[in-house]
Amino acid sequence: MRRFVLPMLMLLSGCGGHQQSVIDPAGSQAGLIAQLWWFFLWLLGVIFVLVVAVMLWALTRKHRGIEQEPLERTHVPSPETERRMSRVVTGASILTVAILLGLIVMSIATGKSMSSLGNQKNGIAVEVTGNQWWWYVRYLNDDASKMVVTANEIHIPVGRPVMIRATSNDVIHSFWVPNLHGKRDLIPSRVNVEWIQAHHPGRYRGQCAEFCGQQHAHMALWVIAESEQEFEKWAEQQRQPAVIPGDPLKQRGQQVFLNNACVLCHNITGTPGAGQVGPDLTHFGSRISIAAGTLPNTKGNLGGWVTDPQNIKPGNHMATAALKSEDIEPLLEYLESLR
Amino acid sequence: MRAIALVSFCALSFISCQRESRQVRPEPARVALYGDAARQSDLQPGGVLPQRQVSNPFHGAAYHINEGGRLFNWYNCSGCHANGAGGIGPPLIKQQWIYGGEPANVFDTIVKGRPNGMPSWGGRIPEYQIWQIVAFVQSLNQKQPQSTITPRQDTIEQSPENIKNKVQGETR
Repeated sequence: MRRFVLPMLMLLSGCGGHQQSVIDPAGSQAGLIAQLWWFFLWLLGVIFVLVVAVMLWALTRKHRGIEQEPLERTHVPSPETERRMSRVVTGASILTVAILLGLIVMSIATGKSMSSLGNQKNGIAVEVTGNQWWWYVRYLNDDASKMVVTANEIHIPVGRPVMIRATSNDVIHSFWVPNLHGKRDLIPSRVNVEWIQAHHPGRYRGQCAEFCGQQHAHMALWVIAESEQEFEKWAEQQRQPAVIPGDPLKQRGQQVFLNNACVLCHNITGTPGAGQVGPDLTHFGSRISIAAGTLPNTKGNLGGWVTDPQNIKPGNHMATAALKSEDIEPLLEYLESLR
Repeated sequence: MRAIALVSFCALSFISCQRESRQVRPEPARVALYGDAARQSDLQPGGVLPQRQVSNPFHGAAYHINEGGRLFNWYNCSGCHANGAGGIGPPLIKQQWIYGGEPANVFDTIVKGRPNGMPSWGGRIPEYQIWQIVAFVQSLNQKQPQSTITPRQDTIEQSPENIKNKVQGETR
């Protein structure tokens, strides 16, 4: 018994951690999903136990009246038994259909109440565009100078509704931050909308939930829910052009960036580098991960990534640039200083 | 008899292996090196030197042709050459090329640039990506094996036949 229970408990322990978990909701919609999930689990668990119990009872029960019968099918039940049995079977079928219908109604009702937040005033709109294999993120604003462009990271203020406008540049992806909401497909040339709202601050990991090619598994993002002040501070900082490198090492790093393949795809606002097909690096140093949640954003990881991206994430669209060894240190210093 | 049929059927399934072979991690030499690949003139002091044979390492490789197609848009080649039919820049689906249509010529055109508008990309695009673009560009004027060209393109009107038929009416 212990040999069985212990591994089971260890399996369940994987449910903790809570940075990416359906049953640890941080928003109202995820709460509804979790509620529905727990209800299904308990109801269907009880039914499963009942069915197994009845089956075991039927298997082990002592048969009355037919002990003397040979094994051939010669036993004819009395009309009374026949009636009783058909009553039981009909009743069980009706009950099954009723329970399934009830679950469908619950599921649809949950989906309906999830599809919009009650209060959508004071909301912010975020455009999320899927790419193989990273997320383009843009905060929409009527005032163009107040837009924020970033990648693989969404900051949201706690308690404020956030509209996610989801689309894709290449294939179908799916936006899934289980602590906040269900999955929403990102479809090329079509905008899918969903509202999310975080109830308490935290870092929630999201993951592409629709197979989108070789590096689908390494297409993650972080949603960072923080207080209103922290969010405004972050947004204001993201709106600034990139910091001008102060010391000679970082200045050289900037030149390395501008004189290599990097500049063809990446944008750093405030420099001539204005590539639009790769993630925006204007405030790269402030992000918590590189390569769409593949690695934590540290100088060492970044070094591995820029020198040999096809080793870390084979098949991704980052070019293996011809970097000279003496150029790498300045480049890393410069990129990490872009806060 | 049945054994032969079985073996040949199994062998058939290997046909496409070569087509889909993809080496995503370029060899070190492919990352950095730029050569003087093609001569611009047949006039040479002291007699004609043999032309160095330069072949595209990605010739006939469907994956690399496809990658070249992606880069063709990413690096904005399509900004001037459109999807091959030309616009600001010359069309790439013609058989006659101003600066030569051999892989080495196309490579040089991309690296060095050409007068009147073609930018010089040398030093920016890694060599292996230039070869990918060369492979793609050559698929536009049917210099790649038919089997390596995707039957369905991501953009409209990229089938060589389509564009050719359209352009022929205008250019000839």
